Amino acid sequence: MSKLWSFTGGIHPPERKELSTGRAIENAGIPEQLILPLQQHIGSPAETIVAVGDKVLKGQPLAAVDGPVGVPVHAPTSGQIEAIIQHPVPHPSGMSDWCILLRPDGEDTWGERHPLEDYRNLDREEVLAAIRNAGIAGMGGAGFPTNIKLRPPRDRKVSTLILNGAECEPYITADDMVMRERAPEIIAGLKVMAWILRPERCVIAIEDNKPQAIASVRAACAGTQIEVMVIPTKYPSGGEKQLVQILTGMEVPHGGIPADIGVMCQNVSTAIAVGRAVFQGEPLISRITTVTGEAVSNPGNFEVLLGTPVSYLLERSALNSNRLNRLVMGGPMMGYTLQGTEIPLIKTSNCIIAATASELPDPEPEQPCIRCGSCAEVCPMDLLPQQMFWHAKAEEFDKAEHLNLFDCIECGACSYVCPSSIPLVQYYRFAKGEIRTQQAEQLKADRARERFEARQARLEREAAEKEAKRKERARAAAEAQARKQAEASAAAAEPADDRAAKAAMVQEALARKKAKADAVATPASTEVADVNALREQLDKARGKLANMQGMLDEARAAGADSVEKLERAVAKNQERVQRAEEALAAAQEAPQPTPEPVAPVQSPPSQEAAQVMPDLAELEAQLDKARDKLATMQGMLDEALANGADNAEKLERAVAKNRQRVERAESALAEARHQLEAQAADQ
Amino acid sequence: MALIQQSSPHARGARSTSRVMLWVILATLPGLLAQTLFFGWGNLINVILCVAVALAAESAMLAIRKRPIAFFLKDNTAAVTGLLLGLSLPPLAPWWVSAVAVLSAVILAKQLYGGLGSNPFNPAMVGYALVLVSFPVAMTTNWAQPGLLWESAPSFGDTLSTIFSAQQTAVDAFTGATPLDSYKHQIATHTASEVLKSPIFGDGVAHGWEWVNAAFLVGGLLLLALRIITWHIPLAMLAAISIMSLAFGSDADQYAPLSLHLLAGATMLGAFFIATDPVSAATSHQGKLIYGAGIGILVYLIRTWGNYPDAIAFSVLLMNFAVPFIDHYTPPRTYGHHKARRGIPTRNQG
Repeated sequence: MSKLWSFTGGIHPPERKELSTGRAIENAGIPEQLILPLQQHIGSPAETIVAVGDKVLKGQPLAAVDGPVGVPVHAPTSGQIEAIIQHPVPHPSGMSDWCILLRPDGEDTWGERHPLEDYRNLDREEVLAAIRNAGIAGMGGAGFPTNIKLRPPRDRKVSTLILNGAECEPYITADDMVMRERAPEIIAGLKVMAWILRPERCVIAIEDNKPQAIASVRAACAGTQIEVMVIPTKYPSGGEKQLVQILTGMEVPHGGIPADIGVMCQNVSTAIAVGRAVFQGEPLISRITTVTGEAVSNPGNFEVLLGTPVSYLLERSALNSNRLNRLVMGGPMMGYTLQGTEIPLIKTSNCIIAATASELPDPEPEQPCIRCGSCAEVCPMDLLPQQMFWHAKAEEFDKAEHLNLFDCIECGACSYVCPSSIPLVQYYRFAKGEIRTQQAEQLKADRARERFEARQARLEREAAEKEAKRKERARAAAEAQARKQAEASAAAAEPADDRAAKAAMVQEALARKKAKADAVATPASTEVADVNALREQLDKARGKLANMQGMLDEARAAGADSVEKLERAVAKNQERVQRAEEALAAAQEAPQPTPEPVAPVQSPPSQEAAQVMPDLAELEAQLDKARDKLATMQGMLDEALANGADNAEKLERAVAKNRQRVERAESALAEARHQLEAQAADQ
Repeated sequence: MALIQQSSPHARGARSTSRVMLWVILATLPGLLAQTLFFGWGNLINVILCVAVALAAESAMLAIRKRPIAFFLKDNTAAVTGLLLGLSLPPLAPWWVSAVAVLSAVILAKQLYGGLGSNPFNPAMVGYALVLVSFPVAMTTNWAQPGLLWESAPSFGDTLSTIFSAQQTAVDAFTGATPLDSYKHQIATHTASEVLKSPIFGDGVAHGWEWVNAAFLVGGLLLLALRIITWHIPLAMLAAISIMSLAFGSDADQYAPLSLHLLAGATMLGAFFIATDPVSAATSHQGKLIYGAGIGILVYLIRTWGNYPDAIAFSVLLMNFAVPFIDHYTPPRTYGHHKARRGIPTRNQG
C-alpha cells in the first residue's frame, strides 16, 4: 500500500448518502421527449448535422464539432427530430441554449456501431479519435473533452493515472453505485486509458465511506497492477487538486494542470464510457444520475438517457412537490439550483437533489464578519477567505486578486463553516466575474487605443507625404527659378555692372537676332534650334506654372486673399504652357526638309538695322513682361505685408530682384534705342 | 412551485456567531467562579453591571445608527465585551469606573468604528486602558484582598455598598494592590523571601490568583477543544512571557518570578479570552504567532520596566495597531504556489 498524504483544511458535512444507496441502479426508461443541448462540454458547441423531421437511429451523431475542443452529440434512442430550438439548459444562470428535441419512436433501434475490440493493434490516435467521436467528455465535473485530456502536452509524461472514485460531496452516490455494480467495466475502460498514456502507476481512489464499492473494485482489480487507494472521508478530497495531493504529495502548480507534475485524473464513469466506446462502439448517450433529497419518496440511482428532462426523473422517484423547496443539480456543496424541472440531464449531471425546506434551510441573514478565521482553517487551498471576502465586498479587486482569489476552487467549505452566514463563495464569484469583465474591458480599451493610434499615425504619415510632395514641387519650382536667374546672370555677365548687363542683354539680343538670321540662311539648323528653343520655353513655362501652382496651393491652405489673383495667374501660365506645347508640337511636325528660303540673301546695309529693329521690339516685350511680373509681385507683397504672412520677406526680395530686372530691361531698351538712333545717324 | 434560487454551497454548518459567543461566555464561568470564591462578590457584581451597561449602550447605539437592535444584540458580542471588562476590572472598583470603561468600549471602540467586525481595537481593552489612565488610584487600589468567600471576604451587601457608594470610603481593610504590583514595588527594598511573606502571596504563587488563572486556563482549553480559538495566539503569548522572564528576570530578588507572571494578574484571561478576540487579532497562523508573541513581549516589558502593574490592555492595543501590517506580510502559501505573496499589491502585479 502506497503512502497517503493529506490536504489542509476540509470539512465533514453530513454525508446523507444512505438516502440513495438503498437500491440498485434502475433504468429510467425512455421519456416522451429528449432535449439534447448542443453544448454539454467545455469548448465550442456542436453544430447540428440533422434537419427537423429526420428519422435518426440510436447512437447516430446529431451534431458535430469542427474545432479542436468539443465533442459530438448523439441520439440517445431512435426517433424523429422534432425541433431545434432555444431551450433552458442546466446552467447556474438558468439560461437557454440551442437544443435538439428528439421524439423517441420507442423502438430503440441501434444505428451502426464500430467496436475496436483489437484496439491494442491500432494507432493511439485512432483510439483517441474513436473516444472523441463517441462524444465523451469528463463526467465527474466540468465536462472537458476526454480525448484532449488523454493527449497531454508532448513534454509531459503522465506517470500516474488516477481514477477518481472519491465522490466526496454529500448526497451523491452515482459513482459509488457504478463502482459497486460495474467495477469490471471501469477496469476495462481504465486499461484503455492506461494503454494510451502508458503510466507507471494506475490508482483508483475511493473514500473510506464506500466499503462496498471498495470491495467490488478491489475484486475487479485482482491480478492487475492497479492500486485501489482508500482515502479518508473529508470534503473536498475528490477535488482534482486535493486528490492529487492526497495520492502523490505533490501540488498541481498554480495555473497549471496535473499533467505538469506527471499526473492525470479521470472519473470512474468516464472510464466506463471510454470502455463502451472502444469495445462496443457505443457513443456516450446515457449516464448514471442520483435522484435524492427528502422531497422524493423513492430516491435512488438511475441509468438515464442524456436529454431526459428532470421532471421525468422526479416523477419516477415519486416527487412530493409540496415539500420541494430547493432543486439542486449536482451536490449540496458545489451544485446549482434549477429554476424549473423541464431541464434536460446532460453528460455532467451526476445528481439531482429535491430538498425540503428543513433539509437545506434558507440561509440566515448575513452577519458581519468577525474574522474568526474558521474559513481559513477549512480552506483546502490555503487561502485567506475572510480577507478575500473583505476586499471583494469593498470592490478592492486588485487586493482580492493579490490574495490568490483565482486559486479558489469554490468548494464552499468556507461558507459552510462561516458562523456569520456569509455566502463567501458568492462574493468570490462576484469578484472573479468583475475582474474578468474589467480585464475584457481593458483589452477592448487597449485595442481601441491601438486602433486610434494606428489611425493617427497613418494620418500623420499621409500628411507628411503630402508635405514632402509639396516641398518637392516647391524645390522644383525654385530650381526652375534658379535656372532662369542663372540664365539671366549669364546674360548679364557682371550683374553688379549694370552697363555690362545691359550690354550683355543687347549682345544676347543681337546674338539671337543673328541666330535667327542664320536660321533664315541655314533653315535646317534653324529648324533644330527652333525646336530646342521652344522646348526650353516650354520647360520654363512649365516650371513657372509649377511654381505658381505651389504658391496657389499655399495661398489656398493659408486662406489668403491672393488666391483669386494667383488662380488667374496660374490659368494664364497654363495657357502659356499650352501654347508653348502647341508651338513645340507644330515645330516638330513641320516638314524636316524645310523648303529653300525664298529670300535667302538680304542686302547687307539693311542687315544691321534689321538686326537691331526686332531686337528693340523684343527688349520692349521683355520689359513689359518684367513690369507685369513686378506688378504682380508687388501686389502679392502688399497683401502678404497686410496679412503679416511669413513669406513677406521672400516676396520683398523677389520684388526687389524684379525691380532690378525691370530697371535693367529699361536701361537695356534705352541703350538699344540709343544705339539704333546712333546707327540711323551713321547711315 | 416556488423554488429557492441560491448560490452554492447549499448545505451549511451549524455554527453561528451567537453560539460562538455563548461558548466564550460559558468558558469564562470557571474563572468567574474562582474569582468569586477567592475574592468575594466583587467580580460577579461587576460582570452583571458591565454586561447590563454594555447591552444598554449597544442598543442605544444601534438605535441611533438605525440598525436592527434585536438582530445585532443576539450575536452576544456586546455581552462578551461587558463580561470581559467585568472580569478584568478590580473587583471593588467604583461603579462609575466600570460604567465609563464599558461605555467607551461599546460606544467609542466598537460602534463608532462601524459596529461588530469593523473595530481595529479590542473594545474591552480600550475601555480598560481608558479608565486605567484616567482613574489610576481607583484602578490600582481596589483589588480585593484574597479571602475565601465563605470565610473572610466582605459580605455581598458590603461589596455592593462599596461599589455603589457615592464617595470612596476607606475600605483598606479588604482592598489593595495586586501581587504583581506589590512584588514589583517591594522588591526594590526587600529580598524575594521577605516579599513573599506577605499574605497576598499565600502558600503557592499568589494566593487565590493561581486558582483564578488555572480556571481561565481550563476555560481557554475548552475553547481550543471546541475550535473556537486556535492555539497560536495563547501559546505564542505565554511562550514569549516565559522566554522574556527566563532571559531577563531570572533573579527573583530583582524581578517578579515567572510563576508570578503566568499565574498572577490577568495572564490567562488575557491569553485565551482577550488576545484571541478575532476581530482585532491577526488572521493567518503565522500572523497569529507574531501577534501573540508581540503581546507576550510587551506584557513582560511593561510589567517589569513600566509604571503599570499589569499590561495586558496596553500590549493588546499596541499589537492591534500592528495587525494590518502583520496581515499583509504573513499570508499562508497557497496550494500550488512556490511561496506566499506578501505585501500590498502593486499596479504591476496581476
